[in-house]
Amino acid sequence: MPTCPIHRNPITAAESPAVGIAIEGLSKNFGPLQALKNVSFAVEPGEIFVLMGPSGSGKSVLLKHIVGLEAASAGRVLIDGHDAATEGTLEKVRIALVFQAGALFNSISVYDNLALYPREHQLGTEAEIKEKVMRALQILSLENAAQKFPSELSGGMKKRVAIARALVMEPQLMLYDEPTSELDPVMSATISEIIATLKDEYHVTTIVVSHDRELALGIADRIGILMGGELVFLGPPSEVATSKDPRIADFFHPKIDLKKPRFKSLET
Amino acid sequence: MKQLNTILLGFGGAVQLLLQSCKYLGTLPRQRARFIEQCYLIGYTTLPIVAILSFFMGSVLALQSGYSMQNFGAKQFIGSLVGLSFARELGPVIVAILVAGRVGSAITAELASMKVYQEVDALVTMNIPPARMLVMPRLAAIVVMMPILAIIGDLVGWFGGALVSKYVDAIAIDPEAYFSALRRYMKFKDVATGLVKAEIFGFVVVLICCSIGLNTRGGPREIGASVTRAVVASLISILVLDYFVTKALM
Ligand SMILES: Nc1ncnc2c1ncn2[C@@H]1O[C@H](COP(=O)(O)OP(=O)(O)OP(=O)(O)O)[C@@H](O)[C@H]1O
Ligand SMILES: [Mg+2]
Repeated sequence: MPTCPIHRNPITAAESPAVGIAIEGLSKNFGPLQALKNVSFAVEPGEIFVLMGPSGSGKSVLLKHIVGLEAASAGRVLIDGHDAATEGTLEKVRIALVFQAGALFNSISVYDNLALYPREHQLGTEAEIKEKVMRALQILSLENAAQKFPSELSGGMKKRVAIARALVMEPQLMLYDEPTSELDPVMSATISEIIATLKDEYHVTTIVVSHDRELALGIADRIGILMGGELVFLGPPSEVATSKDPRIADFFHPKIDLKKPRFKSLET
Repeated sequence: MKQLNTILLGFGGAVQLLLQSCKYLGTLPRQRARFIEQCYLIGYTTLPIVAILSFFMGSVLALQSGYSMQNFGAKQFIGSLVGLSFARELGPVIVAILVAGRVGSAITAELASMKVYQEVDALVTMNIPPARMLVMPRLAAIVVMMPILAIIGDLVGWFGGALVSKYVDAIAIDPEAYFSALRRYMKFKDVATGLVKAEIFGFVVVLICCSIGLNTRGGPREIGASVTRAVVASLISILVLDYFVTKALM
């Protein structure tokens, strides 16, 4: 077993060219609630784009539009020129989404969760698949969990299995919904390293939804901030700190003020 | 009006799912592990209850008909009566109802919880169509297992009738007379009709249960509601179809 897997061939290479994403005037209504309001931006091939924003601002909904799980009320998402809402897009572009809640297959083991994609798409013999799966498990320190079932895992372990399952897919476009929210600092740093390595070595286009400031400032090429369904900031990490917008300053460096707590100011 | 709309939408959804699943029939050989697992779940585990229920249905049918037929001296026809009613009607319907209650409800519960907990969404993003992996193996399994279950139901039901006819004093017909009466009026077509009916019922039940499961939205309560809806829709479909299929096959 190699000891330092990520630098040597993390998973066998995804040779396919990276894909770009264009989000054009995307709006989404859930009844009276407008979850996304005319959001437009583009993600370059091979870029790491970090999407931030308060809870409920529409980040997960945006990711679901990119994989075609939600249909837009207005506007569209283009992945490598293909409309995300049409059926064939997932066949043309390999997209992996790490769901916020993991979305593991609960009735099969961790190993089978990871092996499902290559098996179903007949990407190699059982021995080759095993090698890939074990490597992904190793990268996320999950070797001992291979035969466990999702119900036997802790929250952070489930998150890591979800990430490992996405790695095994060797996607051209990788979408993470809060990959580090339940992880300890070292594992969070590992995830940031994985994301950066995939970009450097395999040119994987990445969108990360995250509240993790270190991840955002450490690896993002650009950051977007959603608030109430609107894109209020778009730019490189260096510009976030200097932003004049008070909402962004407060979001990035909220002051804990025990004399004037926020929730009390809401009441009056 | 709203109910009618729901029914039509459900019907449309089921037909669509059927068409999608048919498209993946060619993947059956490489999904054989799943297919065999489903055959086991659908067929083997349902067998004991099919046997028990058919046995007692056959017994009670013989008892009732023996009781009323002895008044006009037609006891020797009990075998024909039990035989024909089982082959043409009771066998297929009993088995279909048991499949709806036992297999259909489990299918809906499983698929509905996969839907609610985003497992189905995960499959879709992995470009693994749920119709291929979740629905097609189940439909194939019911097609294979349903005639087997129905035949076993028939045989056990006939046997139950024979036993009652021999040991109940008021009837007291020995098995040879019973089975010769059973054979005399039974044509191959009667049994075949029953098997065709069983096949249609089973297929429709599994299709309905898959479709309702995969269209579940919401939380745990909706899973329960879906299971109830699937079983009710299955039972109604069985009895409605029973009339029309019987008429068509006459
Ligand atoms: N299927 C749905 N039906 C109705 N409303 C929805 C649905 N999905 C999301 N919403 C609403 O859309 C808004 C945005 O939700 P979303 O899940 O995108 O938030 P988020 O930015 O990911 O938040 P968090 O950081 O807490 O994950 C919320 O107000 C939510 O209630
Ligand atoms: Mg979210």
